[in-house]
Amino acid sequence: MIATAPTVPAATMSDAVFALTLALLLLAPMAIAGVTLVNTGLGRSRSAAQAMLGNLALVAVAAIVFTFIGGFFAGLPGSKEAIFSIAGKPWNVLGLGPFLLHGLGGAAPQSQLAVLFEFLAVAMLVQLPWGSGADRWRLAAGYGSAALLAAIVFPLAAHWVWTGGWLAALGENFSVGAGFLDAGGAATVHVLGGLSALAVVWIAGPRRGKFPKEGLSTAMPGHNAIYVLFGCLLALVGWVAWNLAGAIVWIHAPLSALPGTAINTLLSASGALAATFSVTRFRFGKPDASLCANGWLAGLVASSACAAFASPVGSLFVGGVAGVFTPLLVELLELALSVDDPTGAITVHGAAGLWGLIAAGFFAPQTGQLLAQLIGLAALLGFFFPLIYSLFALLNRFVPFRVDPDGERMGMDLHEIGGGAYPEFVIHRDESYR
Amino acid sequence: MKYAGLLVMPAGFFLTLAALALFPDPGRRIAFVLCGIAVESMGLVVAVRGHMPPKGASHQ
Repeated sequence: MIATAPTVPAATMSDAVFALTLALLLLAPMAIAGVTLVNTGLGRSRSAAQAMLGNLALVAVAAIVFTFIGGFFAGLPGSKEAIFSIAGKPWNVLGLGPFLLHGLGGAAPQSQLAVLFEFLAVAMLVQLPWGSGADRWRLAAGYGSAALLAAIVFPLAAHWVWTGGWLAALGENFSVGAGFLDAGGAATVHVLGGLSALAVVWIAGPRRGKFPKEGLSTAMPGHNAIYVLFGCLLALVGWVAWNLAGAIVWIHAPLSALPGTAINTLLSASGALAATFSVTRFRFGKPDASLCANGWLAGLVASSACAAFASPVGSLFVGGVAGVFTPLLVELLELALSVDDPTGAITVHGAAGLWGLIAAGFFAPQTGQLLAQLIGLAALLGFFFPLIYSLFALLNRFVPFRVDPDGERMGMDLHEIGGGAYPEFVIHRDESYR
Repeated sequence: MKYAGLLVMPAGFFLTLAALALFPDPGRRIAFVLCGIAVESMGLVVAVRGHMPPKGASHQ
């Protein structure tokens, strides 16, 4: 049975809180800029321009598709919804918001901020698999994947988690904690991004020469550590803004909770960096810059889920755990499982996001919150990952993900956009990695 | 192998949904949800193994 009715009324918000949240959301794109630099810096120099253009173009594709299709299915707080009734309980599975965001200007301030947040979230989501497919994933296929994520996957997840869907209403309908909590987008952005990255890496395959017939995998270090580390600093600014805005928009946090949330975000990243620095120093004799960057980002990702609830020491712990498993999992994926993920998005966004969501279950004050977080985790792994893989595999039939061997040998810059990022420098060939 | 693993994962998700719909008491719910996640994890492991290149194989 399907019923359509608004179930969650749009919350009211004072002018001051509206202005503050809007200002925070205008800073949040710094996180997108940071991820762009990280994605570009961790790829090869001969694909840098294509990587940067791809990051920009994917954001554009996601924004356009979300306006035309995704925004309708994500719904707005207070808009109509598709609700199934099973075993006497309502299952709110799909938003039925205004078509083409019609009437957004006249909507409640809370709803307008929610839509802006969703636009930023979908923009970051589509960037995450792009980095993992670096040096072999074609632009056209990247556009296709961004369109699928923005039209189908993200709207479903955003509605389930944020705009009154069945996961958000777990507490109300099934007495499970306060419902699935994800104020900063750990699930809707980062875990989905990490799972999309895994799907892309599996479908496109590893870079040419990455896993030779004999011996260990070939090291292909990122071409610009400065881009990567500066991207991490930019990401911190964006992440703090993102977590504060998310706390206001999605869990209605009071203003007094915001300084603590910002401090927790910084502490989580710091704990993660310190842990990754120590682990790589112990394992390799010297700290590894790109893995430390991955650790810093993993700490930020973990904070997305729990910065609004955890204590400062708890945030350090959450970040520290993320910082310990990040270099180990990156190594395990590459050396033991032959997964070629140049930016480490599967670990940094997927695994750290999952860990943050579980940690939120421990730190949130409501009883039964851990169960709510586990149910959300089950939805991410058991529903969204097979959905993403199926959509991408289908897309790969019509728009092949992988560039042809000549293109990969030549470099994505020359092959796809006809010019390099660094025309005055010598570009390394494959043989230089041997 | 790779597709079998991906098909097993939704089975774990439906186990989780069944726990919500069928069991009001928290103990059974937690047990079923954990079973569901365990099934999903097994599916993921199968999918990972299915996507690993055979020994001696090389991409180009």
